[in-house]
Amino acid sequence: MNYRQAKTGKLLIDILPDKCDFCGCCVGVCPEDAIELKEAEIFIIDERCTNCAKCIWSCPIEVIKFNRDGVVSKAI
Amino acid sequence: MKNEYDVIVVGAGPAGSIAARYAAEGGASVIMLEKDRDVGYPVRCGEAISKVGVSEFITPDERWISAHISKFALISPDGTEAVIEFGDAGYVLERRIFDYELAKTAANAGAEIVTRAYVNGLLFENGKVSGVKYEYRGEQKELKAKIVIGADGVESRIGRWAGLKTYVDFREMECCVQVTASNINVKGDTLYFYFGENVAPGGYFWIFPKVNGAANIGLGVSGMVGKKRSALSFLNNFMENNFPNAPVLTAIAGGVPSSITLEKISAPGIMLVGDAARQVNPLSGGGIASGMIGGSIAGRIAAEAIERNSLDHILKYDKAWHERLGKRHELFEKIKNGIYNFSDDKFNKIAHSFNKIPYEKRTLGKLFTTALFNQPSLLVDVAKVFII
Ligand SMILES: Cc1cc2nc3c(=O)[nH]c(=O)nc-3n(C[C@H](O)[C@H](O)[C@H](O)COP(=O)(O)OP(=O)(O)OC[C@H]3O[C@@H](n4cnc5c(N)ncnc54)[C@H](O)[C@@H]3O)c2cc1C
Ligand code: SF4
Ligand code: SF4
Repeated sequence: MNYRQAKTGKLLIDILPDKCDFCGCCVGVCPEDAIELKEAEIFIIDERCTNCAKCIWSCPIEVIKFNRDGVVSKAI
Repeated sequence: MKNEYDVIVVGAGPAGSIAARYAAEGGASVIMLEKDRDVGYPVRCGEAISKVGVSEFITPDERWISAHISKFALISPDGTEAVIEFGDAGYVLERRIFDYELAKTAANAGAEIVTRAYVNGLLFENGKVSGVKYEYRGEQKELKAKIVIGADGVESRIGRWAGLKTYVDFREMECCVQVTASNINVKGDTLYFYFGENVAPGGYFWIFPKVNGAANIGLGVSGMVGKKRSALSFLNNFMENNFPNAPVLTAIAGGVPSSITLEKISAPGIMLVGDAARQVNPLSGGGIASGMIGGSIAGRIAAEAIERNSLDHILKYDKAWHERLGKRHELFEKIKNGIYNFSDDKFNKIAHSFNKIPYEKRTLGKLFTTALFNQPSLLVDVAKVFII
């Protein structure tokens, strides 16, 4: 899997695009309007994301992960 | 396509189609933009709806009715089944066809429809929303309108762009997964709801029958539960224990904003309808019927605003919705908060005492009364809805 790299050194949220169902749960709960969701394309707008993790908790099929120093985990 | 419309509707789900239809019927020029290739697909829905919910907007048609429903079965954690009979009261739809047919009614009323048009921003003029920015087949475009109606579903962002607070508290998002599977041995006239810590904490698990032995099987859990365990793992568990060999025809994820309606669902130049306005019944999670009702009110008021040449008129939408359903949803939200926190033991006790009521006297009102027996304040509220 090809993860985006953190530009800021902060934790980064990653969505595994091959596994995403494009259901919009994560977009609905994101307080920062930091997720862009098209018909079958999804990405995080890094500049807006505060790493609050709400999207991770809301993804029904566990395809959003934290990417800390290249290590991906579900919890903070 | 024209350069400018009276009304742009964003999203061609049930709420959008009905809004577009009512606005067009009221004499407005209307265009509906949908990001997906097809209206009605993919289907992220259990597809259950009451007869009344449908009939207000479209004549029932066997082409999009997958099952006729006359019973609810509520199954408590110890397996006790409490069955309530309703008469011929509901359907499980074939939403793929249903949504498409609804959109056709909008087209027949004069609305234009464009698919593969992804709206990614709003236009403003003097602090008022005056149109949308959208991507169409790789090209960025703009379209002006007097009124924009956001019907863009659970993933709605349009309201935020207009300055409304629309994101859903993650604790109130029911995060869902569902499979449509065949060879499911359940009664074709019954909606099954399962409760309990092991199947769907803070939500419920459903089996809704469809034609030819197929069924929609799924659940929703609050984002609070999702912190520890995903909806998917609950579904996998249930399928392994109950239908290990059932062929799965489709599998989808989805979100239901199970909250009361947003504090504001209109602002200068913009109105929100359906899931985008959080118009789902927070107790049942059903949003098809309530979304269509929201859409119809918004569409009608938008057309009136155009006809009277008074765009401020759209701000009346908030109150009209509140009186028709919003108020009710506030009560349902209270009941939900009462019920979804019950322990397994309490669910079992409710099912046992409910089953002591003679079969023909069991009603939904009685069930809630039984359920909330120890919560007198809520009981009074419930009585108002179901008994009086
Ligand atoms: C698993 C699950 C089960 C459910 N079961 C039931 C049930 O049994 N009964 C019931 O009544 N309700 C049920 N619901 C709820 C119901 O599906 C929704 O409330 C209903 O679909 C809402 O209709 P809507 O028109 O508001 O939004 P939607 O039907 O979601 O339509 C929104 C449309 O907007 C489009 N869109 C989004 N963003 C954009 C954009 N930027 N530009 C252009 N287009 C856009 C989308 O592609 C979509 O077509 C369920 C929901 C889920 C997730
Ligand atoms: S971590 Fe928070 S801010 Fe970042 S995308 Fe997820 S929900 Fe939005
Ligand atoms: S909630 Fe999960 S499956 Fe749904 S769109 Fe977001 S990442 Fe994809």
